[in-house]
Amino acid sequence: MTLSPSLQANPRLADWLRFVPGMVEVRSGKVELGQGVLTALAQIAAEELDVPVHRIRMVPADTGLSPDEGYTAGSMSVQHSGAAIQVVCAEVRALCVATVAAGWAVPADALTVQDGQIHGPGGRVTSYWDLAGDALLDQPASGAVLVKASADYRIVGTDVPRLDLPGKFTGRARFVHDVTPGELRYGRVVRPPGRSALLTSVDTAATLAMPGVVTVVHDGGFLGVVADREEVAVRAAERLRQDATWERQPVLPDEDQLSGFLVEAPSETATLAEHGESPSGAVRSLHATYHRPYLAHASIGPSSATARTDGTHLEVWSHSQGVHFLRRELAKVLGLRVEDVTVRHVEGAGCYGHNGADDAAMDAALLALAVPGSPVQVVWSRADELGWAPYGPGAVVRLSAEVGADGSVLSWRHEIWGSGHLGRPGFTPVPGFLAASHRKGGVPIRTAPEAPLEFGGGAGRNAVPGYDFPAYQVVNHDLREMPLRTSSLRSLGAHVNVFAAESFIDELAAEAGRDPVEYRLAQLGDPRARAVVTAAAERAGWTRWSTSDSTGHGIGYARYKNSGAYCAVVAEVEAVEEVRVRRLVIAVDAGLIINPDGAVNQIEGGAIQATSWTLKERVRFDRFAVTSQDWESYPILRFSEVPAVEVELLPGNGNPPLGVGEAAQGPTAAAIANAVYDALAVRVRSLPLTPEQIVAAMPG
Amino acid sequence: MAEEKTLTVNGQRRAFTTEDDTPLLYVLRNHLGLKGTRFGCGLGLCGACLVLADGRTVYSCDTPVWSVADKEVTTVEGLSAPDRPHPVARALIAGQAAQCGYCMSGIVVAAAELLAGNDDPTEDEVRAALDRNLCRCGAHNRVVRSVLAAAAELRERQ
Repeated sequence: MTLSPSLQANPRLADWLRFVPGMVEVRSGKVELGQGVLTALAQIAAEELDVPVHRIRMVPADTGLSPDEGYTAGSMSVQHSGAAIQVVCAEVRALCVATVAAGWAVPADALTVQDGQIHGPGGRVTSYWDLAGDALLDQPASGAVLVKASADYRIVGTDVPRLDLPGKFTGRARFVHDVTPGELRYGRVVRPPGRSALLTSVDTAATLAMPGVVTVVHDGGFLGVVADREEVAVRAAERLRQDATWERQPVLPDEDQLSGFLVEAPSETATLAEHGESPSGAVRSLHATYHRPYLAHASIGPSSATARTDGTHLEVWSHSQGVHFLRRELAKVLGLRVEDVTVRHVEGAGCYGHNGADDAAMDAALLALAVPGSPVQVVWSRADELGWAPYGPGAVVRLSAEVGADGSVLSWRHEIWGSGHLGRPGFTPVPGFLAASHRKGGVPIRTAPEAPLEFGGGAGRNAVPGYDFPAYQVVNHDLREMPLRTSSLRSLGAHVNVFAAESFIDELAAEAGRDPVEYRLAQLGDPRARAVVTAAAERAGWTRWSTSDSTGHGIGYARYKNSGAYCAVVAEVEAVEEVRVRRLVIAVDAGLIINPDGAVNQIEGGAIQATSWTLKERVRFDRFAVTSQDWESYPILRFSEVPAVEVELLPGNGNPPLGVGEAAQGPTAAAIANAVYDALAVRVRSLPLTPEQIVAAMPG
Repeated sequence: MAEEKTLTVNGQRRAFTTEDDTPLLYVLRNHLGLKGTRFGCGLGLCGACLVLADGRTVYSCDTPVWSVADKEVTTVEGLSAPDRPHPVARALIAGQAAQCGYCMSGIVVAAAELLAGNDDPTEDEVRAALDRNLCRCGAHNRVVRSVLAAAAELRERQ
């Protein structure tokens, strides 16, 4: 059997698993982002080892201990880390059983394992903990041991409660903001007042004279303070901000003309996919252009990190999605040896992609280097979190189709304009840290080239149609320069691509006078795709719906990345003064589900977040700087605005597990836009669906 | 100027040294080691930092410490004994009502205030009471169901 990529890169069993008294420590390279992955991975480990979940302790990723599994991203954790842990645990169980069988001179199949106790004939019993020394596990995984058949699962596939949640409701859980490895110093960074700003002078005397200020760090355009109390650090940073003079340039585009800017800015054009030739019989050609603004991650907790150096070794506590990448990139940028940097993962607030975590780690490292021996904790301000973390790219999508006499698509073209979705440290052509770009000699961060579609793509994610169109072409225009720094935000290009494509499908159905569900099913051959569309429509009562004044329903469908989970969403909206989503009905086929309630939680959350993006969110800026820096200028969905959400998980039917965290983003956006059209007969092609944008979309 | 002060937190009189206008949040988190109260925005706009002062919610991030000098402050830690979670916390655990959980300290505090004054709220009343609390992961509906379940449990106890 082929080993998973994670296991090929880290084959030694002992790197993944260790027996400690009464417990099994499992080390994944994947990190908890609030998605519940460590609980799901613990279930997989417990299943194969035949121990209850409470005997599994998931060790937070640490570059000194944990296998390198790259970034925790792309809804791949269960596929990659889960597959590795499954094989490792099955092999460890088999090794232990074989060792005992040899010692007792009985056949291995005469032994059973229960709660880690190994039982043999005649009532003989021993346990993992009695025999599994590190020596036994000091060997590579062979891939030769069969994992359990899914029919034998007792723990996988059940609603095991999240291991990490109880402490989060009683104030006892510890986040990265709470790390205290000794007497803390508190760091704050003073960011430039614009995207292109030159620090012409700074007077640090008044700041340094404040009682409690330890030092000021000034390196090119990077300005920071370290103080012995947090309240002093906050005040000192404001003092320093007042005493700094910058020359700033109006380098940002006109926000009101963003879609025009994106299409006209210099870009690299590439054909991402091409298929078939348009058959004859086209009777009409249609096209439409869609737009998404920049979106912020907007976690409730801002980015934070703590760092400490003893003069040689740098330790960093971070909520990074990739501790090994962060370690290597910090070492490179700071001129340290990789072995002299340790990065330990500590949970941050919800992570929806490449946020400011890695940047905060760099900030903390720079400040810690100025005060050797003391741990320095950096917490970003809300303004910096909304104003300086990477954004999900703004984009324009232009779709065109040739249709036959019955309205069916004969050829389809999907064209994208926007900046890159991969700005993570370790992938960028220049150092991928905000502070590195502001330091002396720093250069603006650029994203990596568009990822190939076989890895899910970035801007091109879900741009290839999932329908059985005879011919299609996908073209991407990758902006050469980013006006605003962009990187990976939950679902990457899938949100805008599915919003656009599934809106356009609805427009084509309406042109043909056909029902949106029937029109989709008529061109959708994949039975799993048909099943989710049908299930969502049935559960929502699609055919029984009667549109009343100002209400509407709409559907959106996609298979995430064209290779992940299948998801269909039916939205019901009410559009009076503003759009209110009343209900979302969602059907998902994600193959084998490790933890059904956890999967439903992820899908619900994704759909609610996508509702927020779709109805409300837009990064605001003037020609100099981002201006949406608080929750009033960057509003997100509130409790009273959240729709009812119903999720139906379709049976796995023996199919392998597919991640669920990002599947609902695109279909939810499209379903809401289509429901707004159903309610108002207005096709809004620019997000967010605010009253102003709806009015702007009204015909003449 | 920093000077020694005292404050009643979770039933105990605690001493610390800071300036009068220091936000209550930093006193709780750093001077008193009560890390359960979270920094979210520093502007009283997200609810992550909510605590109770004489039973009423306040945003600890923009409440100067002098203004609560003679009040009883209760943090999320004070609502739940280690072996006996607050009914709201217990219901949230049962409802698996979080993803990252960062906003939950403030939500527990806001919900505790609501139920202290109204043990039979409607769903709309729960949503209205929690409207000052932002959640980015989308756990809202689970939270609302859990708070309603906690209210039902409180009524049964009486």
